[in-house]
Amino acid sequence: MNFFESFKMALSNIRASKMRSFLTMLGIIIGVASVIVIVGLGNGMQLYMTAQFESMGTNTLSVSIMGRGSGRSVSVDEMYEIVDDNPEYLDLLSPQVNMQSSVKIGTDTSSYTSVTGVSEDYFRIRDYSVSQGRGLQYVDMLKRNKVCVIGSFLNRTYFAGQAVGQTLKLGGNTFTIVGVLDEIADSTEASSDDYVYIPYSTAARLSYVGNITSYTVTVTDVDNAAASKQVLEDALFEIFEDDSAYMVISMAEMLDIMSDMLNVMITILAVIAGISLVVGGIGIMNIMLVSVSERTREIGIRKALGAKERFIMTQFVIEAATTSLLGGIIGILAGEGLSSVATVLITTMMQVDMAVTPSVASIAMAVGISVGIGILFGYLPAKKAARLNPIDALRYE
Amino acid sequence: MEAPLIEFRQVSKIYHMGDSVVIAANKISMQIQKGEFVAIVGQSGSGKSTCMNIIGCLDVPSEGQYLLEGQDVGQMNKNQLAEIRNKKLGFIFQQYNLLPKLTLVENVMVPLMYAGVPLRERKQRAMDALESVGLADKCRHRPNQLSGGQQQRVSIARALVGMPSVILADEPTGALDSKTGREVLNILQGLNAQGNTVVLITHDNSIAATAKRIIRLEDGCVVYDGPASDPRAFVRGGMAAGEIGGGQR
Repeated sequence: MNFFESFKMALSNIRASKMRSFLTMLGIIIGVASVIVIVGLGNGMQLYMTAQFESMGTNTLSVSIMGRGSGRSVSVDEMYEIVDDNPEYLDLLSPQVNMQSSVKIGTDTSSYTSVTGVSEDYFRIRDYSVSQGRGLQYVDMLKRNKVCVIGSFLNRTYFAGQAVGQTLKLGGNTFTIVGVLDEIADSTEASSDDYVYIPYSTAARLSYVGNITSYTVTVTDVDNAAASKQVLEDALFEIFEDDSAYMVISMAEMLDIMSDMLNVMITILAVIAGISLVVGGIGIMNIMLVSVSERTREIGIRKALGAKERFIMTQFVIEAATTSLLGGIIGILAGEGLSSVATVLITTMMQVDMAVTPSVASIAMAVGISVGIGILFGYLPAKKAARLNPIDALRYE
Repeated sequence: MEAPLIEFRQVSKIYHMGDSVVIAANKISMQIQKGEFVAIVGQSGSGKSTCMNIIGCLDVPSEGQYLLEGQDVGQMNKNQLAEIRNKKLGFIFQQYNLLPKLTLVENVMVPLMYAGVPLRERKQRAMDALESVGLADKCRHRPNQLSGGQQQRVSIARALVGMPSVILADEPTGALDSKTGREVLNILQGLNAQGNTVVLITHDNSIAATAKRIIRLEDGCVVYDGPASDPRAFVRGGMAAGEIGGGQR
């Protein structure tokens, strides 16, 4: 009797009691499917997050100045000095002033529009391109010009695509639109396309901000992000002599931290899902034990006809492994199907462009584990079957 | 003289059931030669099942020696016993004991499978064996589609297929009506006529009368061992102790 015959025999035994075999497999199916979906979800989140961070620029450092009491602070000029002093680490700088004023265009008020004061380098930092007119310029900062660059949503909705040269009002001040940005998101309201950018100096004056507290700095080399961050922090420490007065966040570092956290979370979830594989394995063992009892007479007959213990053992182990493997295969198909459904659900319901992508490694692992579980949990019942005394087994009703 | 096919030398089988000791076989000695047709007869509790288990290598003696073709079976391990059962013994059971999920031809192939015979040859030999009991045309059927007599014929085919030294029939007619039972006995007689050694185990004197020689057991001891033609073969008590053993040719 070779392996192939044992396998065929196992298949015919599984076929003979379809419902029971399916219920036995269910534990493995659920376990494998959930491992695949969870790992796929993790991969999808990782890819999505990386894409998001990259769109924000992994080469940027965000600086927040908290100041030290009412005393020492840092000026825009001092920030520019720090950047200029470290050309091998730091590249571009833009202060950021967020304004709360409402945006009036003609008689309309666009209430979701964000207004931000930035430097002439901001669009380069963010990798935004100007599609019409011009961007902000150094002279606009210097003279605190009342000019602005607007996002594609405003251009399309309020100016029929012809915004350059027209005006809008920010809290009673009239600003001339000098440029329009390319579409970044989908030109929807409250998205990255619903923005008004004005010179930071103008913004600071209009909102009576004495010291600008938020900056974005680019690093010369993404691989050097940590060192660049250190340089910037050292320079700020020299000014404040207190490391709680400022905070520098590196996007690349954030991405690393976030992926590490995500990996830990996914691993924990996958382990929890894996527990259901073990539960499924115990289900298989349980059914195999029942099956051994039910087939005691068959085992007795086979032994009387000359089956050695090894044959009986192999037969039952292969049967358990086959049940488990079939469960694993169905689980993979179910996992793939659920992943596709989850992708559709996430993209439509949460408006997020994220694909649940099961990895080949997780699938291979799921199959390996399910067969392993079959063999592991089939071993005990198989041993019980192999050890049966043929006389008792033959007499068994 | 050639060594006997089956030889019991003072074989005893003792079971311990809790505190009590049951002596199922008490120093049984007997010899069966190649080509004989022997019936082992006895009431329930006489020890005939124990005898049959030992002859069939399903069990080993507690004391004494059982030699099958000169080999001491008592010294063998489980795997060797399985091999002996596979190669040298053909079983016919009261309940037929066919495997319900397998077709008839697959059932007959089982002993050959464990003997490691290649698939093609296995099929051929199984078909030949089914042919010899007149059921070749039903080879694709399953046991539950057959009558009791037909099922018993399949189990005879299965017992024959490995060309064993001994065919061991345990109450082969017990589950059959008298007409089909007679047919099965006729087949056994035919097999004996072809030179096969047949050992029939039964409690029924009229069945036992089919055999040429009777070994009668009572309380674990042989009380008659001689030709079936002797009327003492079929009465309680049998023959005097001194005569036992003289019944062999």
